[in-house]
Amino acid sequence: MLEVEVEHRVGDLRLEASVASDAGITALFGRSGAGKTTLINLLAGLRRPERGRIVVDGHTLFDSSGGIDLPPERRRLGYVFQESRLFPHLSVAGNLSYGLRRTPPAERHQDFDHIVELLDLGSLLKRWPRTLSGGERQRVSIGRALLASPRLLLMDEPLASLDIARKAEILPFIERLRDELRLPVVYVSHTLEEVIRLADTLVLMSEGRTIAAGPVEEIMSRLDLRPLTGRYEAGAVLFAKVAGIDVAFGLTELAFADRRLWVPRLELPMGTPLRVRVRARDVSISLSRPRDSSVVNILEGTIREVEAGNEPVADVLLDVGAPLIARITRRSAQALRLAPGQRVFAQIKAVAIDRPSVGQRGTTRHNS
Amino acid sequence: MGAGDSGSTWGLTPFEIEALSLSFKVAVWAVMCSLPLGVLTAWLLARGHFWGRSILNGIVHLPMIMPPVVVGYLLLVLLGRRGMVGAWLYETFGITIAFTWKGAAIASAVMAFPLMVRAIRLSLEAVDPRLEQAARTLGASPWRVMATVTLPLSLPGILTGAILAFARSLGEFGATITFVSNIPGETRTLPLAVYALLQTPGGEDGAVRLVVASIVLAMSALLASELLARRVSARMEA
Repeated sequence: MLEVEVEHRVGDLRLEASVASDAGITALFGRSGAGKTTLINLLAGLRRPERGRIVVDGHTLFDSSGGIDLPPERRRLGYVFQESRLFPHLSVAGNLSYGLRRTPPAERHQDFDHIVELLDLGSLLKRWPRTLSGGERQRVSIGRALLASPRLLLMDEPLASLDIARKAEILPFIERLRDELRLPVVYVSHTLEEVIRLADTLVLMSEGRTIAAGPVEEIMSRLDLRPLTGRYEAGAVLFAKVAGIDVAFGLTELAFADRRLWVPRLELPMGTPLRVRVRARDVSISLSRPRDSSVVNILEGTIREVEAGNEPVADVLLDVGAPLIARITRRSAQALRLAPGQRVFAQIKAVAIDRPSVGQRGTTRHNS
Repeated sequence: MGAGDSGSTWGLTPFEIEALSLSFKVAVWAVMCSLPLGVLTAWLLARGHFWGRSILNGIVHLPMIMPPVVVGYLLLVLLGRRGMVGAWLYETFGITIAFTWKGAAIASAVMAFPLMVRAIRLSLEAVDPRLEQAARTLGASPWRVMATVTLPLSLPGILTGAILAFARSLGEFGATITFVSNIPGETRTLPLAVYALLQTPGGEDGAVRLVVASIVLAMSALLASELLARRVSARMEA
């Protein structure tokens, strides 16, 4: 679907990126200044790489050795910018149809009315961009990009300039793009929660380089990547399905790798595939099965790796059918003599798994 | 020279009406013909990256800093019937520019050009290039971006430039009198008529009336530009 291999220099930053992804949402994740925005500007054709190749959906957009460099208007990539960039001299309807009108009828695969309905824009059509709220602007901007019938949608931190409430308002719309339109998306973010909620594939960037790429749960469970995935926010991501509910106590039961995990109620149908982030600091370890603990989730597993440096904390990578990271004090790790291969019990408080930690998985997920 | 006060409209004599309407015609033509060139020049100066940009900038601003008489003389050398371009125009098309109202329009256009270009250039520079990038990613070619984003967004500046140039044209004196002289009904525009009246014994009354008329015209032009610009930009404010 997307194959990128580019080299570029911007000021002091030397960009060397290599990205390959199938369908679904691919997140480019890294600190600000890591080169994420530069990379998608290279994809969009707004900057020209010094060397490399960019192929989307079988179409070569750039190839320095073949002398190919399509201008942005011929790349057919949608671009949703952080600051929405709506045209102030056009109404919402005018903005929406800007790209649509510039798309040859034979290549239009998005329908105006459908996109308006999908993004709930009906009541905004006659308004002017300056009268819209931040969230509304971003929805219009997404609609505008979609109506140009792109082969791939690039989103550059589309939620970064919004407050938490507005973010929560937009996220479901982005999930709908993935699930209903089956449009591949490259999503730039420096917020882990967004990435875990939305992305199938995670590409880690640091200082202009793509450090690691792969399925989100695989990248998130690697202890060596914690400096990049967020040392404080470290945690594993589990693939799970809604398996049951406890109506009386308002809990939902999730199933992953024949294990069970109880979490506070999620209003989702049975069988819904989910991605659940379990923060390392919400996981504790016991050598024997705790008998009278308030902790609801107790999972037996094997220690794979113990990482304790000179810091007060130690991170322990566990295998409980799926990778799980526990963050405990170095003193406890020593007192319990934790070592790879040991059988232990991981405890996860159900209430620690809040709504932002749970993301719906795309239906178009790749099979790797 | 009919500087009397018979047969008046709004208290103006036919002589004064003639000067006013001629001024109007000259200024309208001057602005209409130079506007496309003004937009192009402003665009080149605002966005172009080419060798000689500062030279072009200098040439555009020359009429503003040179004595108008010198501009008029240069126009005569260039476009007079025996001038470099003028002779060719006359021989090929039979067109005479010097000493006609067309010449007056050209002199006005040249003198007003720097003002026009400046206003348009400022507004072109104020257009956010990120909006133009967004338009490119939506499938618009550079020309289409110019037509659908850049120009509409700089409309307030283009209007301002046009109206400033119009007002400046109404007042053009030095280059006009040098290039096309002071011929009643052909090149005697408002300022030239004022000048002629002041040279004539007993012409002061007429001169005062024309002065008032020119002040009213200039002020209404400025007000109109202000209003138009405000209206357009109020709608677009981000």
